[in-house]
Order: sequence, then structure tokens, then C-alpha cells
Amino acid sequence: MDFKLTRRALAVAALATGLLPAAVSAQDYTGTLAKINDSGEIVIGHRESSVPFSYLNDSQEPVGYSIDLCMKVVEEVEKTLGKDVEIRYVPVNPKTRIALMANGTIDLECGSTTNNLTRQQQVEYLPTTFVTGTKILTRKDSGIASVSDLNGKSIALAQGTTNERAIKAAVEAQGLDVKILPVRDHAEGMLSLETDRVDAYSTDHILLFGLIAKSKTPDDFTVVGDFLSFDPYAIMVRRDDSAFELVGKIALANVFRSGEINDIYAKWFDPLGVPADPLLSAAFELGALPE
Amino acid sequence: MNYNWNWSVLFEPEYLGWLMSGLGWTISVALCAWVIALVVGSLVGVGRTLPNKFISTLCTAYVELFRNVPLLVQMFIWYFAVPEMLPEDAGRWMKRDMPQPEFVTAVVALGLYTASRVAEQVRAGIETVPKGLSSAATAQGMSVAQVYRYVLLPISFRLIVPPMTSEFLTVFKNSSLALTIGLLELTAQSQQIAEYTFQSFEAYTAATIIYVLIALTATVAMTLLERYTRIPGYVGKEG
Amino acid sequence: MGDFDFGVIISNLPFLWQGLQLSLLLTLLAILGGIVLGTLLALARLSGIKPLALVAAAYVNLIRSVPLILVIFWFYFLVPLAVGRPIGGFYSALIAFVMFEAAYYSEIMRAGIQSVKKGQVHAGQATGLGYWQIQRYVVLPQAFRNMIPILVTQGIILFQDTSLVFVVSLRDLMTASSIVARTEGRLVEMYLFAALVYFVICFSGSLFVRRLQARMAT
Repeated sequence: MDFKLTRRALAVAALATGLLPAAVSAQDYTGTLAKINDSGEIVIGHRESSVPFSYLNDSQEPVGYSIDLCMKVVEEVEKTLGKDVEIRYVPVNPKTRIALMANGTIDLECGSTTNNLTRQQQVEYLPTTFVTGTKILTRKDSGIASVSDLNGKSIALAQGTTNERAIKAAVEAQGLDVKILPVRDHAEGMLSLETDRVDAYSTDHILLFGLIAKSKTPDDFTVVGDFLSFDPYAIMVRRDDSAFELVGKIALANVFRSGEINDIYAKWFDPLGVPADPLLSAAFELGALPE
Repeated sequence: MNYNWNWSVLFEPEYLGWLMSGLGWTISVALCAWVIALVVGSLVGVGRTLPNKFISTLCTAYVELFRNVPLLVQMFIWYFAVPEMLPEDAGRWMKRDMPQPEFVTAVVALGLYTASRVAEQVRAGIETVPKGLSSAATAQGMSVAQVYRYVLLPISFRLIVPPMTSEFLTVFKNSSLALTIGLLELTAQSQQIAEYTFQSFEAYTAATIIYVLIALTATVAMTLLERYTRIPGYVGKEG
Repeated sequence: MGDFDFGVIISNLPFLWQGLQLSLLLTLLAILGGIVLGTLLALARLSGIKPLALVAAAYVNLIRSVPLILVIFWFYFLVPLAVGRPIGGFYSALIAFVMFEAAYYSEIMRAGIQSVKKGQVHAGQATGLGYWQIQRYVVLPQAFRNMIPILVTQGIILFQDTSLVFVVSLRDLMTASSIVARTEGRLVEMYLFAALVYFVICFSGSLFVRRLQARMAT
């Protein structure tokens, strides 16, 4: 239920801000825009191994899907300020990213961060750029297409993950009889599936595609089902800075509307064999606000 | 230290249920494995002392093999490797159709491992019995089987009750290794509570207290058994 | 799974060797730490100072009632909390092993200290040595010598115990073998190989103990 409510809230929020008059045209900037204008540089927080969202390539430069999208925001900032800005990169991790944003060290966080309401008490997010969540990995010939098909079958779940809770909750809600094998990590879950000990394994769907890609026999496996938990990723910005936030929204809306997003998506996710989820496509369309 | 105490999580029905189910698995694994260990260990231990060279070498090999490979490795071999070494049907049966595969595997692995330690105690017990006794029995015209049945085993089994107490306690502790193959016994459940509630201190304390209680109970039980099986005038003379 | 594949072992030898080195290093440091702390615990229990003896006895009996895996979980949780920052898995594991093995070493050392004849202590007292001097120069050297075979045997057990760092993903021989087994899909080869390596090391160790015992008996 939470999940539907959140989506609606986001959609309403997106619409509401779209109706606000643009206030950026004035020359006296505030907040982050003023900071960038004064210092001439924008600081981007990036991840070191969040493939393919934000990671260091062979020459130790940050690259990825989120970085490409952030570059669009930087271009929009330059357009707004009417001058070029320098980009400075600062590595962040899940423990530091929110603190570094809140204390002003970084201006944009370009990683793989889930947008949730608890975090919104400290930071703000641009529109959703990726949607992931709990899905099921199974053999193509297993006949499993959703959680309800797990009845009488077995599934491996990594202990302590949100995915474990999501699957258990779904199984309980539907009153299914599912044998659950607790495993330590993704590798052990995949092993259980490959050695035919279980019929399925479950974690964030984007990670499942990674597991398939690394498998000896990738053609045997498939990712099925609806999202059982909802993890929308978004670029993080500072809270209470609507002027800068609007610049970011304009940049992303342009990318979504022009269809450029499809090229960027294909560049990073086609190699993994991950087709754009219908929910993600919907998020792109909702983000493509008119001028 | 920055830590929010919340002992009440341990008494929430969900988590209390986890602890109790974990305790149930720990006791089941330990007791079933102990039965295997006693049976196999006694046979192997006796086998090592037999005059038959072939049997005693075989039994010695068993003890050395099972004692010199870590229990965790043995557990993984039984769980991960054995099904792959068997013909496909049998391997598939082990992985999918065998009832409670994690439980059965843990019991077999722990039982056969502990058997090697029990065998050593049994052998030591038999070797402690003075040579004169078995010589006298042989002189009476007893066969090897009779010497063991009526002289060596009754004495040695009563002698080894004290050292067996510590092996019995070790079985309970070693049953925690079953968590590595996905059996949610006591240690695994306490860790799971820690992960769900972030109340690690409370969860591990609960498990620790339960293990201490198990150890106390087992020690008391074995002390009673020791008193019951003690040979008057014999205790304290061994070695 | 097909036939036995030696190639997977050979191609991963450097990785496995790193794992074995970690196992051996952890064993060595834990033996040293365990013996030092264990000897202190044993002295505390035999010191005749009631509260000290009680605390030491309670600690030893508590640790000996609890599985090593639970102790590892305990210290993985407690150490960073006590230090105030994460200090890495190796040190947490090392502290857990020292604290755990000390309980077992203290029992060995207690027996060793008690094996030294009372007359020796009296002789020490007669020459005017204090309690700690007697322990240091008279009792402990003999206790150690008497106990060497059992200390080595406990060291072999400790080496086997280090495989349990698998539960916290520290890359010892066991974890390294598991990683290769899983990524290469060669379960049979890797787990049998791990068993062989552990067996060779532990069996050699127990042969060594037997020779020591034979030499000491003469």
C-alpha cells in the first residue's frame, strides 16, 4: 500500500512544482547556484563501484548512467549562469553521502541512491532516474512467472536483506507454501539455483541481471514477476534549495522529453541485457514535464 | 558507546518464537548427531584395539581423517560436494527430495566428525583397563568377543563417562556450524534477530544465556550418570 | 559437474595461497595471544585472591559453554563499538580468537602449573623469592615444558577453528576455496582440495606431537 501512496505523492509533487513560476532568471542567485557562481566550480559526489550507475573506469575516472545524467544537469547550470563551470569529483559511499550533501561538501550526488521519505527529512531528490526492487530469478523452464507460482517450490533468500522481507511478506499475504533456504550472499543464492537445490532466488532486479551476466549458462535463467518492493533511484540535491532543484528538474525533463534518455539508458544497460522496465518508462514519461 | 538498549524485543512473540525454534533445532541436531557419534565412535574405537591388523588400520585411518579436517570443511563436502559426486538421480534426491536436507546433512556431518573423537575416548578407555584382566579372561577360555563383551567394554565405558561429558557439550556447541548450510539453529536465529532489530547485544546475550543453560543441564545430567556408573574403588586410579 | 578438473585449482593457486597465509597468520597470532592471556587467567585462578579467581573462573566457564561462531559474532559487533570506529575484519576476528582460545589455554596452563611439584615452590620460597618471581622463574618454565605437546595439539585445533571466519567472509583458506568453488562452479574439486590441505597440515602437526611425546616420555 505504501508503495502506491508514494508513487502518487511523487507524481503530485512533480505536477505541483511544474506549475511554479520560474524564478531563476534573476541575476541575484541564492543557495547552491550562488555558491557555484562564486566559486566557479560544481562538486559532484560519485560512487566508486556502483556499476553501471557510478563507478571508476580503468583510468580511475567516474563514469556511469548517473554520471551521464548529472552532466546534463551541469550543462543546464552553465546555461542558467551563462558561463562555464569546473567539475570537481568527490567519492562518497552509502554512509557518507547524505552527511556530505547536508554539510555542503557536494552539490550533486550521482550514484545509486534510493529516494525515500525518511531521507527526504535531510536531503532532496530530483525526479526518479531508475526503478529497481525485489524480483525473482529462476530457470526459464521452471514455469515460475510470479510469486504465486512459488507455491510448493523452494526459493533461496539472502539473510537480512530487504528482499528477504519482501518475499516472506508476499508469501504470507498470499498464504503460499514455499520452502525458504536462507543463504549468506548473492553468490551462494545463485549457486543454490545453479546446482538445482532451489527453484528461484530473489534480490534487487538490477543485481539479478548482474548474476545472470556472470553465470556460465546465462541463457538458462530469467528474471520474472512484478516488483515486490519499490526502490526508485534518484540524483540527490540539497534540501530547501528550490532554485537549484528546478535547474536539475529542467535538465532531466529535457532529457526525458527529447528521448535522449533512451540512448543514455541503452549505453549503460544494454550490455547487461536489462530492458527498461515499464514502470521506469512511466517514470521517464512523468518526468518529461512540458516547458 | 552509543547504543539504544531495548531488551523487550526478545519478548516480542515473533523474535521469541525464532529463539525457541532455534533452540529446538540446536537440541535436535546435537542429540541426533550424538547418537551417531556414540554408535560409530564405539565401533571405530573398539576396532582400533582389535588384534586384526586390517580392521585396526582402517579404524585408525577413519579417526585421523575425520579429526584432521575442520568440521566446516566436512559439512560443506557433505552438503555441496557429495550430491555432485553421486549419480544425477541420487544427487538430485539429496538436494531436493530428501526430507529436511540441511538438517540431515548437519546431523550426518556432525555425527561422523564427533565419532572420531568418541572413538579416541573409547580406545583410551579400553587401553586403561589393566592387561592382566583381559589375560585372565583369555586364560579362562573366553573368545576375543567374550573378553570385550564381559570384561573390557563394561569397565571402559564406565571409565570414560567423565571425558565424554566434554564431548557431549562440544556437540551442542558444534551444532552451530549447521548455520553455514542454512539451518536456522540458535546462533543463526540470534544473528537474524540482530539483523532485523539492530539489537545485537540483546540477541547475542539471549543466545549466550541459552547455551550456558544447555551446558549446565548437560553437565548436571552427566554428573548424575557418572555417579550412577562409577565403579567403587576404581575412580582416580586410571592413567 | 563433469570430471575432476585440476586446472581450476592450479589457476587459482595464488588466490588460495593468500587465503592459507591468512589462516596461518591468524593461527599464529591467536596462539601467542591465547597462551599469554590464558596463562594470566590460569595464574588468576590459582592466585588465592578470591574475587580475581572467581572472575577468571566465570570467564573461562562462560566462554567454554558458547560456540566459537557466536563468540565471533559477539566480537564483530562489540569491537567496533568499543573502539568507536571499524578496525577491519581481521582484527575483530583475531580478538575473538584470542579471547576464545585463552579460555582453553588457561585450562591447559592451570593443569601444567599444578603439575609442578609443590616442593619446587617451597624451595623457591626458602631461597627468598616472591610469588611472581617463583611463577616466573620456577613454575611457568616447567609448566610450559610439560604442556608443550598439549599446547601444540590445541594449536592444531585452533588452526582448524580459523576456518570459521568463513561466517564473517574473512578471506582465509576456507573462504577463498568457497569463493573459487562458487565463481567457477567447481564445488567438488575445491572443497576436496581444501580438505586435503587442512589434512596434510593438521596430520603433520599431530605426527610432530607424537614424536614430542615419545621423546619426553624417555
